[in-house]
Amino acid sequence: MKKKLSTDEMVKRLLASDRRSAARLITLVENEMDDHHKVMSLVYPHTGKAMILGITGAGGAGKSTLTDHLIGKFREQGNKVGVVVVDPSSPFSGGAFLGDRIRLQSHSQDDGVYIRSMASRGYLGGLSRATYDVIRIMEAMGNEVVIVETLGAGQDEVDVIHIAHTCLVLVTPGMGDDIQAMKAGIMEIADIIVLNKADLDGADRSLRHLQGALTAGSFEEGEWMPRVVSTVSAASKPEDLQGIDELAATIAEHQAYLRKTRAIDQVKYNRVEQELGLIFKDELQKIIFKGLKGTGKKREYIESIIEQQDDPYSVVKEVLNTYLLTGE
Amino acid sequence: MNNQKDRETIESGHRRSNGEDSFKNLSGFKIKALYGPEDISHLNPETDLGLPGEYPFTRGIHKTMYRERPWTIRQLGSLDSPSRANERIRQLLKMGATGISLCLDMPTIMGKDSDDPLAEGEVGSCGGVAIDSIEDMRNLMEGISLDEISINFVSNSQSAVLLAMFVAVAEERGVPLEKLTGTMQNDILKEYQAQKSYYFPPRPSMRLTMDTLSFCNKFLPRFNPISISGYHLASAGATPVQELAFTLANGFTYVEEGIRAGLSVDSFAPRLSFFFKAHNDFFENIAKFRAARRIWAKTMRERFGAKDRRSCILRMHAQTSGSSLTAHQAENNIIRVTTQALSAVLGGTQSLHTNAFDEAVSIPTARSEKLALRTQQIIAGESGVINTIDPLAGSYYVEALTDQMETECYKYFNEIENLGGVISAIEKGYYARIIADSAFRYQEKIEKGKRTVVGLNEFFEEEEIDIQLREADPGFEDEKVSGLTDFKKNRDHALVKACLNDIRDVSQGSDNIMPALIKAVKSCVTLGEIIGVMKEVFGEYREDYIY
Amino acid sequence: MATKKKIKVLVTKVGLDGHDRGAKVVSSLLKEAGMEVIYLGMFQRPEGIVKAAIDEDVDVIGLSYLSGEHLIFTPKIVEEMKKNSVDDVLLLAGGTFPAEDIPTMEEMGIDKVFRAGSLTASIVDYIKTNVEE
Repeated sequence: MKKKLSTDEMVKRLLASDRRSAARLITLVENEMDDHHKVMSLVYPHTGKAMILGITGAGGAGKSTLTDHLIGKFREQGNKVGVVVVDPSSPFSGGAFLGDRIRLQSHSQDDGVYIRSMASRGYLGGLSRATYDVIRIMEAMGNEVVIVETLGAGQDEVDVIHIAHTCLVLVTPGMGDDIQAMKAGIMEIADIIVLNKADLDGADRSLRHLQGALTAGSFEEGEWMPRVVSTVSAASKPEDLQGIDELAATIAEHQAYLRKTRAIDQVKYNRVEQELGLIFKDELQKIIFKGLKGTGKKREYIESIIEQQDDPYSVVKEVLNTYLLTGE
Repeated sequence: MNNQKDRETIESGHRRSNGEDSFKNLSGFKIKALYGPEDISHLNPETDLGLPGEYPFTRGIHKTMYRERPWTIRQLGSLDSPSRANERIRQLLKMGATGISLCLDMPTIMGKDSDDPLAEGEVGSCGGVAIDSIEDMRNLMEGISLDEISINFVSNSQSAVLLAMFVAVAEERGVPLEKLTGTMQNDILKEYQAQKSYYFPPRPSMRLTMDTLSFCNKFLPRFNPISISGYHLASAGATPVQELAFTLANGFTYVEEGIRAGLSVDSFAPRLSFFFKAHNDFFENIAKFRAARRIWAKTMRERFGAKDRRSCILRMHAQTSGSSLTAHQAENNIIRVTTQALSAVLGGTQSLHTNAFDEAVSIPTARSEKLALRTQQIIAGESGVINTIDPLAGSYYVEALTDQMETECYKYFNEIENLGGVISAIEKGYYARIIADSAFRYQEKIEKGKRTVVGLNEFFEEEEIDIQLREADPGFEDEKVSGLTDFKKNRDHALVKACLNDIRDVSQGSDNIMPALIKAVKSCVTLGEIIGVMKEVFGEYREDYIY
Repeated sequence: MATKKKIKVLVTKVGLDGHDRGAKVVSSLLKEAGMEVIYLGMFQRPEGIVKAAIDEDVDVIGLSYLSGEHLIFTPKIVEEMKKNSVDDVLLLAGGTFPAEDIPTMEEMGIDKVFRAGSLTASIVDYIKTNVEE
């Protein structure tokens, strides 16, 4: 059904900011369709200049409404903005319900904003890897800012956070003492902690907790110490919004810090390192499964492990020896 | 029959089975094959049932029920233009309807005038009437006696403005306000929970509701200022027990707010009324109505300290289930409506609206609406069910089910309480989540053939039955917009501006808004203009959760 | 291990009507059928719907109607799609429609109309059959 332009033609149009080609190419890389690797090679030289902002936090923390306001700020500064919103797929059906666009509607008529919803699809490394590629396509499209919004702040999302130059973690007063438990995790990934819904009861207490936790942490001279910014991102009247300007300013400050101290180099290094790891993992797996396919060996291996004739590690070692050391 | 073994034989003797879904009602209660004395042995006939017209009103709110006067036969009297709606109302009254419900068109529901760019294509939509100004209210009420005919305005977020127009027209016609009868649905809580036609955040909306309540309390003692509506919750997907629990919890919230606004409970509680759905499951529906009365009565007396017996009486309007009707083999809907209507009557409703059978296909025709009306007249006049009061009382099944409905309700009350009350639960997305989940399960059962829908997943036929369709009036929108343009041109512009400024000031303060609204509508300010100014002050609500 | 491409469906309501039960239930059932559903919610206008469909590169746009506005909004959406050369996306409509309006809607550009009370299985089948690589 879908009409096909040649890959080269689509990339050419992408570089001229054509949103339909961008959309098509994202589908192509997201689904690892033919030419996936070629597209990424063609696109790569046109990437690396955008600011990449990660936004994460538990469901209901207000990520999308906050993103909606930040898009506005970046547009005011004259930047084109790309947004990737990642939501989980159903582990049972593989389908997904992606509803975040509902809250990202202030800019639905603005051609300088490109929003894309993505299902995490839950396959190994799938989330992180496809997200890297989608961001690159958005960069090549000419977006000066790319925002990546993901759910939660658990271990899985830490990977995604490595993509971002500046990472925001949203918490809400309702989370109460959970913040204590989350402290360590937040400190590791957040450049800026956003205490959203700061008009709710208990916000002061949460703010004190967060600030206390930060000052107790050890930071070296000249190192970026995470900031806490209080915001109200959902309000029925514009004048009731709080902290959006301050947040935009703090993001700019972090960006300036990254450039001034050359810390950006380390961020970029980490990001590529992470990405290579993911690609290796995926590609190796592909080679191995391709080798096993049709041989009936996978079942044999599994059954031998179940029957305790073999153990998982010995099997993996044998498989690696067979399919990697022989080249395929 | 009390023999345990006989019982087991009966329970296992399923004629047909849908696995674990066998013999469940719409609320998901597992229904036993047989009920007996032991199922109601814990009930005390005196305190749990009482006599009809007596606390706790399980058996009905009147001593004589339908023997003295049948329920109000209330049908939809709306049509796109106010004058056509007026004609329709008179026609319905002539055919024997004793009450009228009036739906609004989409732009009016969303607080927009007919000339608003966003109203384009929807003026007079949904079989609803377009009301922009006092002129429309005059045309709508022309020749209808405001102190005799009870008009139920299916109006929510815009209720304060419509009430102002209604009062203004009554004053013009010299009808004393204390004689005015009718109902404003004015139930804002369920808008956030299900119906989604809200403008402002919940708290300012609640303030407007309380302003109308206080105003009616003082000047319109015969008027029902709020009709607490479960119907829409059920239409959005809530199960019958959820409909019951959420609606009653909303009712209690209005009572709390009224008390907080400085009214004494017995001064306004008697004017609160309810609106429930009569869904497919016959006995479940009857049990729902009976449980509703009992819970309300007990709570009003025990928790709110109501002294006036009328405060403890739950008066209700009921409507058959629009969402149970199918487009396939649409004439089957006549039978669905009939059994649902019968259950509403056996459940003791005060007022009933029967749906037209072609609703799932289109806006009803005059013919299908007449048939719906006649359905009620046949039940009232021919079936004999009105001859005795509360004929099902004492049925092991009905009483046990009534009791179970009550018990299950309290589980939801506790959940809502734990979330910090109704408004807080709305803000946390509680209702949206539960209702979406129930709607999904309901449809899933139909899809999988675990719930029968005749003509759809059983006895399906390919051919379409040809049914007569109402002719829409395509010129209406242009006509309405140009009428409004003239109306706006020929008014005192300085006065309009002053009125809007007044409304802005009062909105910002805490005085009752009704006097400013009445003055404004008399000065030809339109509904859209008033809502616009209020939005500037109150802000606009946006749902923050997605399920 | 290239993954099978998921079918993407945009589900939305047009205009002022807030009855979103049908749109939500259908979205959930499409999700259960393994599709990725972009849910755009209520109160949408044609321009925004088509732009979202382009950005998300969806295979299907599903419009949920209730209040008889289908004959007004359908041509507007179709026009907006044409303006943006969106000619390879299935356009479906679900809701309350008189039988006589169905041919009219199909003439306007709706690929398939599903009436109130239809089983979702028929929608899933239609989409799966008609969305091809």
